[in-house]
Amino acid sequence: MTTPDLTPSGADHDVVVIGAGPAGMACVATLLAETSLTVGLVDAGHGAGGQYWRQPAPVPTPHPGEPAPRRAGLHHDLATFHRLRDALDRGAASGRLATRFAHHVWSVTANDPGPVAEGGFAVHVVDRSGRPGDESTSTITGRALVIATGAFDRALPFPGWDLPGVMTVGGLQALLKAGDVAAGRRVAIGGTGPFLLPVAAALAARGSTVVGVFEANHPVRWLRESRAVARNVGKLGEGAGYAATLLRHRVPLRPRRMIVAAHGTDRVEAVSVARVGRDGRPVEGSAERHTVDAVGVGWGFTPQLDIAVTLGLRLTRDRGGTPVVEVDRLHRSSRPRVYAAGETCGVGGAALALVEGRLAARGVAHDLTGADPASHPAPGPDGVAAVRLGAFADAIISAHPVPVGWVDALTDETIVCRCEEVRFGAVRAAIEAGATDARQVKQLTRTGMGWCQGRVCGYAAALLSAGAPGEPDERLIGAPMPLGALAQTDDQHDAM
Amino acid sequence: MSEFDTSFDFDGRRVPFRPGQTLGAALVAAGTTAWRTTRLEGRPRGLFCGIGVCFDCLLTVDGHANQRACLVVARDGMTALTQEGTGHDDT
Repeated sequence: MTTPDLTPSGADHDVVVIGAGPAGMACVATLLAETSLTVGLVDAGHGAGGQYWRQPAPVPTPHPGEPAPRRAGLHHDLATFHRLRDALDRGAASGRLATRFAHHVWSVTANDPGPVAEGGFAVHVVDRSGRPGDESTSTITGRALVIATGAFDRALPFPGWDLPGVMTVGGLQALLKAGDVAAGRRVAIGGTGPFLLPVAAALAARGSTVVGVFEANHPVRWLRESRAVARNVGKLGEGAGYAATLLRHRVPLRPRRMIVAAHGTDRVEAVSVARVGRDGRPVEGSAERHTVDAVGVGWGFTPQLDIAVTLGLRLTRDRGGTPVVEVDRLHRSSRPRVYAAGETCGVGGAALALVEGRLAARGVAHDLTGADPASHPAPGPDGVAAVRLGAFADAIISAHPVPVGWVDALTDETIVCRCEEVRFGAVRAAIEAGATDARQVKQLTRTGMGWCQGRVCGYAAALLSAGAPGEPDERLIGAPMPLGALAQTDDQHDAM
Repeated sequence: MSEFDTSFDFDGRRVPFRPGQTLGAALVAAGTTAWRTTRLEGRPRGLFCGIGVCFDCLLTVDGHANQRACLVVARDGMTALTQEGTGHDDT
């Protein structure tokens, strides 16, 4: 990587985009095509694509005669991915784009006052492109910042979910996309939401037996959202394609079912699946048992808000009550020159993320090229598409709530916090002692205090204690880093 | 015999990998689902989130503890070890 020329303001780049998934890629490609601004793009992955277009790490030297990965059919809309990646490659070749892959952002600070005279942002990163032990830190500055950090799977505890072989559906998908590996030969998929389908279809196409897709809700809920659905027929076609794959591989789609337990001693060997009644609770005596060697669970997604919270951006809630970044039609946040696109401002899938990335680019262009900051350019066709796709995202969220009865599956012995090994009995005792949110549960039980900083159990802890998703925690260090790397950080950029 | 000629060492065992795979993907492909024991109860853990969020898949790589198997790209000749507890001697 070469050091880019500094902008007149002294920043490394006009714009720093964090996240190279669909939203970040679309934002960068639009900035390159429609402006003359310089761009820095940072992502923790080994290349562009994010989770949606996740690719294997690039191989330095080709190995002739090696079997080709069997990833056909895994990725949706690869043509768009290739078009955007080509645009990024051209931007990098022209010197206007500097990419930093395998770089983990651990903090972002407002650079005021700092090397950027007009104010701006310093993005602090750990370079993990080398071997373990070779990490190094650096800082990237920009006049404007686009947060496109995506989302991660939302998990809920159930007995046995800590057994090896039980994973999130996103984890199963990442194994397939990046590693060409099916996590098991007999797999149960459970939770709620449309993402269960492509994962089950990909596993079936890869040769695994999917014993069932256990969707806690029922497709009939879609009828209540008929207007949003009717305006997004293309999105339905995507779902129909997966359904056809599942039918071809004889994968049973089982609505109103949920996985209530995983069984095994040192790894998962079976699951119990219960019928979900109209009251949203598992029906007593309805449990059936399936022998499996892998399980995928997912209850939707949690937007990755660490940077947004660190910068004090105003949040709002999506239709399901999940905190998301509040943005205007051009994806400006509450803080000048900070923008958010994609799942960080509401989980809506790749098609919406692409549109939002383009809108954010136009917001940046408008604000940085001297236009009257109070004027709002017309969002155009992308603005219309964002409204339409946003309505579809709302419909999905409304049709796929977490059923209230998920707690019925818990026993006092069920692990809630995987890192600190806190059981439901301890969490329940804390709530009975008066804890009314996830923070108080954490103080009393250490739930959410471990390695993952509550990213996995925080949602469950909030539902259990407050009955709703909580405000995201401020995490001083957004990504773990070796102390040696922390010690070599430049004092002038030190956020601590 | 494996279809790949690249491999790393896991607890004294040779694990083949396709170039570009992570340690976690190669271990799962080789039928290994756990490579860590928890600090308090010594329970086995392996991949859970698969994308670097959950820290369940920690192992020790070339002497460096607490590496996420789902993120570390396998390299020929690497040495990976099951991690017990914190991965340091103070457990």
